Amino acid sequence: MARTLINVPAKAKRGEIIAIKTLISHTMETGFRHTNLGVRIPRDIIDTLICTYNGEEIFRTRLHPAIAANPFVTFHTVATESGTIGFRWTGDKGFSATASAKITVE
Amino acid sequence: MNPRALRLRPALILAIASAAAFAVALARAEIPLEQRRSSYADMSRDNKAMQDDDTSNPGMLSVLDGEALWSEKAGAANRACADCHGDAKSGMKGVAARHPAFDARLGRPVNLDQRINICRSERQQAAPFALESKDMLAMSAFVAHQSRGEPIAPPDDPRLAPHREAGRAQYNARQGQLNLSCGQCHDDNWGKSLAGNTVPQAHPTGYPIYRLEWQSLGSLQRRLRNCMIGMRAETYPYGALEYVNMELYLMWRARGMKLETPGVRP
Repeated sequence: MARTLINVPAKAKRGEIIAIKTLISHTMETGFRHTNLGVRIPRDIIDTLICTYNGEEIFRTRLHPAIAANPFVTFHTVATESGTIGFRWTGDKGFSATASAKITVE
Repeated sequence: MNPRALRLRPALILAIASAAAFAVALARAEIPLEQRRSSYADMSRDNKAMQDDDTSNPGMLSVLDGEALWSEKAGAANRACADCHGDAKSGMKGVAARHPAFDARLGRPVNLDQRINICRSERQQAAPFALESKDMLAMSAFVAHQSRGEPIAPPDDPRLAPHREAGRAQYNARQGQLNLSCGQCHDDNWGKSLAGNTVPQAHPTGYPIYRLEWQSLGSLQRRLRNCMIGMRAETYPYGALEYVNMELYLMWRARGMKLETPGVRP
């Protein structure tokens, strides 16, 4: 199972711009490397991260083979209401991981 | 034969002695205690921020893995680390700061990874972790993380002294095709640049470290191998006594400095 680390402020003022940081454990194998015997190591990467705010999609990004292992993605959004911010990573070999964080908006 | 030829003149003896003393002083310039600093201080602002925030420090992913392993039952004894040691927060605090330590039964010093594996094979009756494997690093990162902020405190054990001295000798010995010693960079030229990188003082404060170049966690022994390959010297297999001796000397050299596991390095 992939480990995830999420940093969402627990509290924010309505209308405030907040930073969201996500980190997930993944090898991000590029597909361009070979073993000592010359066999190509198949690509195994996370290709999509989708973030939802109370069920509504607010952020989506594509990830590519040049991105390092354990990808760290950070972005900003506006704190509109209290609720849950959800994250879903998907990738090669049926990879899927989810995480969520609560935020209270005053 | 003229007997006078065998007698060295006092002035000549003095010249030889002072030249030898000068050479020794050059090669053995240990860093004064108050000038020591972790290579954290040499990092960029971004890299420091990455290490400081536990939600952006990728080493913390392994610490979480290790935390899960800590309470996972393993081996024929069907026991978890937690069953004997309890809460790692209190039980493992300071343990990493005291290793390598002398193992009376093996009659040699062992580092933290080897200590974990001794526990695994003897108490849990489980297969030891392969050195440098994901689980090994996760467990040692989790254990060492409990000592974050603790000063490095090498044990005052006379049985360790010959090993520490062997480590010191290795550290100061020229080796490899480049004919370099560790001390020539890390004692004599720290703070200067080597191909755009700052030469660090080489204190083992953050191990196992997450090295961005490796894109993974790695042990102090992996870092030592790295340097030896750079010197075009022959490396030892993981777990070799030579490495443990060097670890002993490096920990003594960094005595009193605070642990920061998991460290992030570029």
